[in-house]
This record gives sequence, C-alpha cells and structure tokens, in this order.
Amino acid sequence: MMRIQIQYFAVLAERRGLTEEWLTVETHDLGALYNTLAMQHGFPLPHTSIRPAVNDAFRAWDYPLQEGDRVVFVPPVSGG
Amino acid sequence: MATFRLLNDSLPVDPPFEISTAAGAVVSFDGRVRDHNEGRCVRGLAYTAYPALALSEGEEIIAEAIAKFELTTAACCHRLGDLALGDVAVRVWAAAAHRGEAFAGCRYIIDAVKARVPIWKKETYVDGPSEWVACTHS
Repeated sequence: MMRIQIQYFAVLAERRGLTEEWLTVETHDLGALYNTLAMQHGFPLPHTSIRPAVNDAFRAWDYPLQEGDRVVFVPPVSGG
Repeated sequence: MATFRLLNDSLPVDPPFEISTAAGAVVSFDGRVRDHNEGRCVRGLAYTAYPALALSEGEEIIAEAIAKFELTTAACCHRLGDLALGDVAVRVWAAAAHRGEAFAGCRYIIDAVKARVPIWKKETYVDGPSEWVACTHS
C-alpha cells in the first residue's frame, strides 16, 4: 500500500468533481489505476487515448508508481 | 528567457525576443477563435492547462524547431481562460536566415503545440451546452 497524489484536468476533473486528491493504492501499475478510476467515476475515455504523466513528465504506461508520486492522466489535448 | 508562455491576458503583438541581424525572415502565426466547429455555431471558449507540463513540453517543441530548421529564435504564447470570437488564442514567431526555414519552423511549432501540449479547449455553442473539444472523439 502506498499514498499517491492524483491531479485531474479538463473532462476528467469535471467527471471527478475534484482537481486533486491523495489516494492509498495497492497497485504500482498506471494502467490498472486508470481503469479503476475510470470505472469508479465514469471517465468517458479508454486508457488508449490517455497519456500518463508522473511528477510533471510524460511517462510510459509501464512506469512503476512509487510512494508520494504525483500522477496526471492527460486527456487528448486541444490547444491552439 | 522562456520561449513558451501561458498568459491570461491578450497576447503580445511583437515577438518576446530580440530579432538577430542574422535573421532575414520572421514568420508569425495567429490561431484565432473561430465562430464554428464541426458544423456547430460557437459562442466562445475557455482554455485550461496543466501548467508545469505545458511549459516544459512547449519549451521542448521550441528547442526542437530551432535545431531542426536552424532558426535564430522562436517563441510561442498561448492564452488561458475565457476567450471571445476573434480573440487570438495562440501566437507563434519563428526567425531564420531565410524564409523557407522560418515558414517551416513556424508550421512545426504550431502543429506540435496543438498535438502535444496539455491545454484543453471547452467550447460554448449557440444551440446547446458547452463541450470539451476532442476529448471524446480522438
């Protein structure tokens, strides 16, 4: 078990009703974490359209989560 | 000096850098708020960003463009918050010795910013509730 921080942006923040929270999780796997949150909160996006970021850098889905990490699941961007 | 910026107010008209006398060409691009998108009439929009990652990704794109197209300098400013129709949402500048590199560098920067920088647009429509653009169909 470890504590991680999650920040939500755009459509995910809207669905979650929060911009950030601390969670106690059992998994070190970003994909498993996203799928759990997506089911809990009804996120409208499959993990294949998300880019994960940890501690303010984009990461591969196999990046192992560590205690205290700050995680963002980045939805498809639409700037410009 | 930061070459990629997120601003809550109007974007600067002039490039936020000194143009070298080695630059024979400066190309700039304005992305503006359009009154329609995918067949719907747009009333306005709002941008939000993941600032830390948007700034680092934006800086990386500028550095890539400078290296790839031998630009003397380049920069990009992007708006956040509520924008009205016709407002400038994003402005890019690319300076190079010759116009070919300046045009290509400017094009590279705007394309990469739209594809990679974590900024999101929520459009408000004349005929219905607002929606996050691209978040549900990409």
